[in-house]
Amino acid sequence: MRFWRRRRREAELEEEVRSHLEMAARQRVEHGADEGEAARAARREFGNMGLVKETTRDAWGWGFFDRLMQDLRFGVRMIAKSPGFAAVAILTLALGIGANIALFSVVNAVLLNPLPYPEPEQLVALHESKPNFETGSIALPNFQDWRKDNRTFSMMAISRGYWFNLTGLGDAEQLRAEFVSTDFLPLLGVKPVLGRMFVEGEDEIGASPIVMISEGLWNRKFGGAPDVLGKAITLDGRSYTIVGVVPASFNLQVGYFRTRELYVPLGQWNNPLLKSRAGGLGLHGIGRLKPGVTIEQGRADMQRVTEDLAAAYPEADKGIGATLLPLREQVVGNVRVLLLVLLAAVAFVLLISCVNVANLLAVRAMARAREFAVRAALGAGQGRIVRQLLTESVLLAVAGGGLGLLLAAWGTKAALQRLPQGLPRASEVGLDGRILVFTAAISLLSGMLFGLAPALRISRPNVHDTLKEGGRGAGGKKHRAQGFLVVAELAMALVLLIGAGLMIRSISALWSVNPGFDSRDILTFGVSLPPSMKGANADGIRAALREVQRKLETTPGVQSVSLSWAAVPLSSDDEDLFWLDGQPRPASENEMNWTLSYVVEEDYLKVMGILLEHGRFFTAQDNERAAHVVVVDDVFARKFFGDQDPIGKRVNLNSKGGMAEIVGVVGHVKQWGLDSDDKQPLRAQLYFPFMQLPDEAMRLSATGTGVLARLDPHVPGTADAIRTALKRMNNDQVMFSVQTMEEIIADSLAARRVSMIVLGVFAVLALGLASMGIYGVISYVVGQRTREIGIRIALGAKRMEVLRMVLREGMKMTVLGVVIGFLAALALTQLMASMLYGVSATDPLTFAGVAAILMIVALVASYVPARRAMRVDPIVALRYE
Amino acid sequence: MAEKRERYQNRIELLQGTLDLLILQTLQWGPQHGYGISVAIRNHSGELLQVDTGSLYPALHRLEKQKWIKAEWKISENKQRAKYYRLSATGKRQLTKERSKWSQLSDAIAGVLNPEQR
Repeated sequence: MRFWRRRRREAELEEEVRSHLEMAARQRVEHGADEGEAARAARREFGNMGLVKETTRDAWGWGFFDRLMQDLRFGVRMIAKSPGFAAVAILTLALGIGANIALFSVVNAVLLNPLPYPEPEQLVALHESKPNFETGSIALPNFQDWRKDNRTFSMMAISRGYWFNLTGLGDAEQLRAEFVSTDFLPLLGVKPVLGRMFVEGEDEIGASPIVMISEGLWNRKFGGAPDVLGKAITLDGRSYTIVGVVPASFNLQVGYFRTRELYVPLGQWNNPLLKSRAGGLGLHGIGRLKPGVTIEQGRADMQRVTEDLAAAYPEADKGIGATLLPLREQVVGNVRVLLLVLLAAVAFVLLISCVNVANLLAVRAMARAREFAVRAALGAGQGRIVRQLLTESVLLAVAGGGLGLLLAAWGTKAALQRLPQGLPRASEVGLDGRILVFTAAISLLSGMLFGLAPALRISRPNVHDTLKEGGRGAGGKKHRAQGFLVVAELAMALVLLIGAGLMIRSISALWSVNPGFDSRDILTFGVSLPPSMKGANADGIRAALREVQRKLETTPGVQSVSLSWAAVPLSSDDEDLFWLDGQPRPASENEMNWTLSYVVEEDYLKVMGILLEHGRFFTAQDNERAAHVVVVDDVFARKFFGDQDPIGKRVNLNSKGGMAEIVGVVGHVKQWGLDSDDKQPLRAQLYFPFMQLPDEAMRLSATGTGVLARLDPHVPGTADAIRTALKRMNNDQVMFSVQTMEEIIADSLAARRVSMIVLGVFAVLALGLASMGIYGVISYVVGQRTREIGIRIALGAKRMEVLRMVLREGMKMTVLGVVIGFLAALALTQLMASMLYGVSATDPLTFAGVAAILMIVALVASYVPARRAMRVDPIVALRYE
Repeated sequence: MAEKRERYQNRIELLQGTLDLLILQTLQWGPQHGYGISVAIRNHSGELLQVDTGSLYPALHRLEKQKWIKAEWKISENKQRAKYYRLSATGKRQLTKERSKWSQLSDAIAGVLNPEQR
């Protein structure tokens, strides 16, 4: 309807203007002019008819929308007219925008919104600080006193991961569980889908066994039936009553905490050390500060509490404090640097693709100069032409953005599967409103960005000259702006290349680090004995484990095998306290020496390929009936014995049955990771024979013992064969947590590897785009100067000189780009210093190498059009004009 | 003042809003089409004010939108269809307002320019 009205007004305006002209002409005729002359004079007096109509239409007040539609229609037509240009531009933008969306969706989930819980700023992570360890495990009795004595927390909770063996409900399986204190889930604002939370007192030792299950497990095992409440499930052979279902939307990875399938009150943990104030059981906490309390006030309060405890229990608590960290930090942690570096990189890619499209548009605008001159002559104002051009470029950007969104949605999913497991909240990454807004904003912005410069330049045409020249602009100045764009592109590409180069150097340095063992063909997994073994005495369990061990050894494809307890390199750590023989027992545990502790069997060295430096390793005779022996690593030997031979020396192990003799020295293993092991305070390593574990520890190992096995690489499917073999021994005996050692190492490098790959992809993309840019500009310059080159050749210029002249043009831009890129890189690579290994952020070799690559690529990109210039036929060039 | 030359300089820049006043005043004498309005303003100003069509037509359409003037198609004295504008009731009121505003303004300017006559 509006459209119809508009048609009518348009016609009326047309007629109004015509009648004006006719009347003016008639009057002139009445004054004696001849008709033709009168009409021309009336027209001249009237002025620019198009412009008058245009400004009059403005007065109707519906101009904006109409003109937008008009511009859009026209823009679509113009774009459709040159599909090749449009395809290149849209694809370039889709890559740039898509990469940004993909990364933004990750940043959105991880950095911007890391804690989807009520009042996240009140949440802190809690640890016990020990003399050599800031974020140590909290002893339950200490925690209970913290909870009772603090004045700044509204809630406090601790938890610890655990594996439960579930039986009696289909196949036996190991389930990931978390032991929690009462307030853990309420503290995070979790509301059960069904049933209730744990209430006060239910986490006490000796309370009746209850459990909350995850929504996933509820659906999987109970079909989501509401009558699950009050039912019992059998975990580690004991019956637990289900009291509630935890929603699937509850998803948290922080520190050691993960979302699990089962939540069990901490008091159910059958571990005698739980009651010990000195126990290091891997319990870590979270707390919610009271409203308005700052973390500093919380720290001061906890200092008071822990000092009081140290005074009351000097034996266990001397030197023990509390560490409070904002939970947000804990969640986001190290990935922040990674994501910020990637974000900077991806922004560069977008800028480069914008610059490229701007260049395409500029070249196209030159070709369209005549069109714009004509439009200006017909009464289009400058603003109108700029708007038309901007509409076109925004149209391109929106198309690119839409395509980019599709690419991103697909690409993010693909990329996340390769991301480090430790990336917090990775599962939350997805498209949401914020990302759509981001896409729209970034598309419009880039449309403006790459469209504005050419639009402004072209919209002030010298109508007269352009029309006369037939639209062939005269070289010179016009390509300078494009030259600057290309310089900027080259500089940005250089920065990205340097970033990627530094990452590649870091990773290769890391891969060549010797971890101290041979990581190939090692399988790690856990075995839990059937729940019926739970009540057995230590000897019974030793016998059962020996049988498991024998079974594993005879499984085809297994070369050697060792049970393992405590630490596993790069995967989990465990510590022991000791003092040297001949010294008095230290007054408190905190004055004892610390060592990493590995509890393994005689074949461990064979499995791991660790070097025996001196003395001997364990044998089958180092069993529960023999005298206790230990093996230490060279770091331990040097630290505690200096130049003396440690063999034959004895150490007092605080929690492993006292005095043991050192019988061998082995090579150091990079427990803490390939990169940071050297910088860790705790590096001494001690090996203890598995079968000599004290009885209470041996009983605990029934519910889950680690196994390391060296497999024959030529026998496929050994992991499945092991699983079958274990199951055949007993249906309720489960293999779990299967991982190869190479996977463990790869995981430890995952963040770096991902950033290397992403930076590398971005850098190659940037290099490609930049070389396209330089190719385009040189081609354009050559095209513009065809005639000049023709004259030069006709006047006797050597073709090689022409080639050199054009190449010089390209090299000038490249060198400038490299210089600017160097300066930018010097500043920007500092950002990623913490991600580098074995290479400085200003590594000269990387800088020089990357600059060389860029120069060569730029040279090739300008060589192609330069050859064309060299082959210019002077006759053709001159006749053409 | 070199009046002759000034005249062919084609126009004195109209103050913002004065064109509206002139149009309303012109229509006071009866309905008129766009060309007629421009001729009338030129004649009544002693050829001093020449209204640019690029300002006149947008102004007419704006005034029409504000309902100060009404438009209808009529046959002119030359048997030609033309769009005639006439003053509406609110337009008349607006004209009174604009006139008094204008005389205040011109008094004020005259006062500033010739302070001794006060």
